Amino acid sequence: MNASVNARAILYALADSRLPIGGHVHSGGVEEAVASGLVRDLPTVEAYLCRRVATSGLVAASLAAAVCAGELTEARADAEADARTPAPEARAASRAQGRGLLRLARQIWPHRDWSTLTPRPHLSTAFGAVGAAADVPPAEIAGIVVYTTLTGAATAAQRLLALDPADIAACTVRLAELCDRTAAEAATGPAALSDPLQDVLAQRHVLRDMPLFAS
Amino acid sequence: MPPHLIDGEPHDHAHDRPKRQRTPGEPLRIGIGGPVGSGKTALVAALCRQLREELSLAVLTNDIYTTEDADFLRRNAVLPDERITAVQTGGCPHTAIRDDITANLDAIDDLIAANPPLDLILVESGGDNLTATFSSGLIDVQIFVIDVAGGDKVPRKGGPGVTFSDLLVINKTDLAPLVGADLDVMDRDATKVRAGRPTAFVSLTEDPAATPVLAWVREQLAAAAAADRAGAETSVAH
Repeated sequence: MNASVNARAILYALADSRLPIGGHVHSGGVEEAVASGLVRDLPTVEAYLCRRVATSGLVAASLAAAVCAGELTEARADAEADARTPAPEARAASRAQGRGLLRLARQIWPHRDWSTLTPRPHLSTAFGAVGAAADVPPAEIAGIVVYTTLTGAATAAQRLLALDPADIAACTVRLAELCDRTAAEAATGPAALSDPLQDVLAQRHVLRDMPLFAS
Repeated sequence: MPPHLIDGEPHDHAHDRPKRQRTPGEPLRIGIGGPVGSGKTALVAALCRQLREELSLAVLTNDIYTTEDADFLRRNAVLPDERITAVQTGGCPHTAIRDDITANLDAIDDLIAANPPLDLILVESGGDNLTATFSSGLIDVQIFVIDVAGGDKVPRKGGPGVTFSDLLVINKTDLAPLVGADLDVMDRDATKVRAGRPTAFVSLTEDPAATPVLAWVREQLAAAAAADRAGAETSVAH
């Protein structure tokens, strides 16, 4: 680990699903995937999570790491995220969560200048800026973004399918190596990738009646 | 407030619950929580009808299933559409008002930006259980709504809403004889745990204006306005 981390607990706090940034109202496409019959049981949940980590997780982590490293400005990172997220609703979901993280960051680090971010930055942009504010190395921010991309969707799947929480925890552990590999790749530079499945799910989610999650 | 007696017992407010630090001029935020079907949305509608002519208000709902409560309020035209917003809660209405209030705070910011100036925001929780309570980061004061049809033992069961809400509303008193609920028992049990905090018995079918709740809301608005004036005088004095 890079010596610039001032406390490991900061990493854990940022990766904690209880971090109050509004993430619990987003399912990462899982609700629509369940409604569409794509995700039905533990094997299909795991397949979905693998894909989400390898696509959305990689892209978001790579942009966050680049912002954290000072290689991308916040404005440029938002534009790069838009370019990789064609669906308006997928963008809106990312920006809603970025707004939540920015709200928290202003309260934790009030003396940092947050005016370089728009009021609704992409979540990846906000994570990069928070990483810089907290002296977290870019590779660690990449790991946190990959991990929370996984756990947010996994928790939603657990709730929506009433799965055994231990099964979801075991699935998370099985995917740990994939998470590490994805984060390492993300730290090498912005990933040129988008995932049509995530875009389609995000758009369909808002058309369906009675959603539990915002996305 | 100095120490005083309630039911002959010494009592002070040293154990008061944490409160939000309201910035002068901000709209007062009142949380309205309680179990499913106790009449939260009907109460919100009643308050809106009574207050909408005299002040600028908005409503934020936290439904379990999307916009059911917000749609009810819109259908009944208690407020213009732009003054009613719903947040989705990911199946956990409780989390959204207590553990991670971000979605609600963002929605409040949006309501304030879209409807200046606002005097009052009613934040209605999704129907939950007796352990539901609002974070003091989200609201200034909270009302907990239960109903007699849920059984007259509910106040005895307690929980943070019954115990610590700033106003406990016991709704549907007209049903008491039909469900065999003893209002005196409910009153006695509530008084025992509430340490002087008020309880209001209402029947929205018999009293569509929710008179005692309305009076309490007006008191809260007056107290907030008085605090704003005191703050303004202090800052002038400095």
